[in-house]
Amino acid sequence: MGQKTLFDKIWDSHIVKTIEGGPDVLYIDQHYIHEVTSPQAFNGLKERGIPVSRPERTLATADHNIPTINQDLPIREELSRIQVEKLAENCKNYGIEFFGLNHPKNGIVHVIGPELGYTRPGMTIVCGDSHTSTHGAFGAIAFGIGTSEVEMVLATQCILQPKPKKMKITVNGKLQKGVTSKDLIMYLISQISTGGATGYFVEYAGQVIKDLSMEGRMTICNMSIEMGARGGLIEPDETTFRYLKKLPSFPKSFDWNSLLMKWKEMKSDPGAEFDREMEFNGDLIRPMITFGTNPGMCISIDNSIPTNDDVASEDSASFLKSLDYMGFVPGMKLLGQSVDYVFLGSCTNGRIEDLRAFAQMVKGRKKASNITALIVPGSKDVEKQAIDEGLDRILEKAGFKLRQPGCSSCLAMNEDKIPAGKYVVSTSNRNFEGRQGPGARTLLASPLTAAAAAITGRISDPREYI
Amino acid sequence: MPEMPKEKLKILESTCVPLPFENIDTDQIIPARFLSATSREGFGENLFHDWRYDKNGKKNTDFVLNNRKYSGNILVAGKNFGSGSSREHAVWAIYDYGFRAVVSSFFADIFKNNALNNGFLPVVVPEKFLNNLLDLIQRKPESLVRIDLEKQLITVLPAEESFIFEINSYKKECLLKGLDDIDYLLSIKDLITSFETRKKQ
Repeated sequence: MGQKTLFDKIWDSHIVKTIEGGPDVLYIDQHYIHEVTSPQAFNGLKERGIPVSRPERTLATADHNIPTINQDLPIREELSRIQVEKLAENCKNYGIEFFGLNHPKNGIVHVIGPELGYTRPGMTIVCGDSHTSTHGAFGAIAFGIGTSEVEMVLATQCILQPKPKKMKITVNGKLQKGVTSKDLIMYLISQISTGGATGYFVEYAGQVIKDLSMEGRMTICNMSIEMGARGGLIEPDETTFRYLKKLPSFPKSFDWNSLLMKWKEMKSDPGAEFDREMEFNGDLIRPMITFGTNPGMCISIDNSIPTNDDVASEDSASFLKSLDYMGFVPGMKLLGQSVDYVFLGSCTNGRIEDLRAFAQMVKGRKKASNITALIVPGSKDVEKQAIDEGLDRILEKAGFKLRQPGCSSCLAMNEDKIPAGKYVVSTSNRNFEGRQGPGARTLLASPLTAAAAAITGRISDPREYI
Repeated sequence: MPEMPKEKLKILESTCVPLPFENIDTDQIIPARFLSATSREGFGENLFHDWRYDKNGKKNTDFVLNNRKYSGNILVAGKNFGSGSSREHAVWAIYDYGFRAVVSSFFADIFKNNALNNGFLPVVVPEKFLNNLLDLIQRKPESLVRIDLEKQLITVLPAEESFIFEINSYKKECLLKGLDDIDYLLSIKDLITSFETRKKQ
C-alpha cells in the first residue's frame, strides 16, 4: 500500500461510494456530448421528469453527422438535421453550453475539449464516444461511455463503473525521421492486438512519449481504445503545462500557480504496481499501415501482409474474410498499390500539426490525378489557424482543398463517404468493414503516409518524400 | 419510467444463432449511417445490415440471420465481440431484433457495460467452450442452451456441458430485479452533493 499509480490517484479521489461486489460510483468532472449519442439520454431525463444535475460540467458540440462543405446552408440530410436541432433544443432547455454548426468554437468534441482548456490534468472526463480516451494525454482519466451512462452523468454527474486493471507501456529510444506518433500507436496496437488491452487502463511512459508534443500524445491516447483499453493516460509534464498556459481560451478565472502546484503532483509513485507492464523500443518503429479490417491488422509499410501460415488456425477464417473484403491476398506487398482516396482528419489526426505535416510534404508537388482528397480540419479553431498560417494556399497550389470541420469520412455519417470497393489511405482510427462507407476499403496511416499517397497515387513510403 | 422498461432476466432456454467470427465491432452490428434516430426503438431492422443485405438491399442468403436453420434469442459469437465504437445503438439493435443474451469468450468493455444497462446479458465462457458450442450449433442447429442467471450457469442441453460464468453481484441483482442504475444514483443524491461540497474545499 501507499505506492499509487497516477490512474489510482485520480480514480480514488473521485469515488463517491464503492458498492460491495460491484462498481464504484465515480464523480465526473467534465462531460462532453454530441448529437448522435445524447438524444435518447435527454429523452430519459424528460420521462423521469428530472433536470440536468450540473449543466456547467457538460459541453456540447455537433460533429458526427454534419457536412464539411457549405456549413452555412441547412443540413441536407433530414435525420441528421433533426439530430443536430434536437441537440440545440436540449442544450437550450437544460442550460448546457453548445458550440453548434457555424459557432466559432465548433469542432470535433475531442479536438475542441483540449484546445479550449476544458480538459485538464487530474480530471475525470467522459463522453458518449469511445475516442474520449484522447483527453488522457493531459493526465486525466477519460473514457467513452454508452447512452445510458450519458443519462446517468446528466442526471447525477456520476457514473457506475468497475475499476479497470492497470497496464504500463514504456516506449524507449527515439522515433526515426518520417515516423510519427500515429505510427507509434499503430505499432503498439499491432503488437498487442485489437482486443489485447481489454479490461485495462494504460499509462504510457518512456523517452519517446516524453518527447512527443501534446498533439502527438493525443493521437496515442486517442487510439488506446483500438487495442481494447478503457483509456490511456500520460503523466503531465512541462510540455503539458506549456501547452495549457499558451491556450488563448484557458479560463482566466483560474489561479495558474496553484493549479500548477497541484498538477505537478500528478504522477505515479516510484515502485507503484501495474497489473501488466510492457516495454518497446521506439528506434525500431517504421511507418505503419493497416491491411485488414481491424486496427490490429497492421504492418510496417515496407513489409508484406502475413501469410495464412503466420496466423493461428482458429483465427484463419476471420483473417481470410478480412483480406477478401480488402481485395488483398496473403503475403502480398502493399507498397506501390494504387489507391483512390486520401482522408486527412478526425479526432486522431485532424489537428494543426497534422495539417502542417501534410502541407509540408505536398508543398511544391501536385496531387496525383487518380486521387480524390478530403482534407478536414478538426475544428473551427484549427481551420482558422491553417488559414492564418497559409496552409490553405499551399494545399490549393498542390491541388487540394481545405474543407470545413467535422468527423467527416472517419465514420461517414455525413456525405463524405468512400464508394464501395475504393481504397482510401486514411488518418482516422478505424478500418472496420464499411466504416468509411458501405464497401469502402480503409488503409489507416499517418498524415505523412497519407500525403505520400496523395502525391503519388499509390501506397508510398513517406520517408522518401520528406 | 425509462424509455425501454427493463425486463427482468432470470432463465433463458433457447436455440442459438452462431456468428463464428472474431472481433465483431459495433460498426458491423449497426453501421454508423443508421444512427441518426433520436429514440431507442427500431434499430433491429438494421442489425448486421451490411452482412444481412447485399448492396441492392436484397437478403444475403448466406448470412446466419437469413438462414432458417438458425433461430432463438441467444447469439453465440467469436471472441472480442462488440469492439470499437461506444454506440449503445448496437445493444438496442440486438435487443430489438429479439436476442436476450450473447455468448463469447470475451467482450469489449464498453459494449459489456451497455449490454448490462439494457437488461441484455453478455456471457463470458472459455475459448474451448465457445468453440465447441459454435461447432455444435452449426452441426445441430436444434441444440438448446440454458442460461440460468441466478446460478450463473450456462448449460448446453442435453449433453450437459456447463460452465459457471462471472458477473458482478450488483449487476446480477439489477438484471434479476429489472433495476436501473439511474434510480440507484438518484437514491444516493445526498452523498453525491456532500462529495461535491468536500471537493470544493
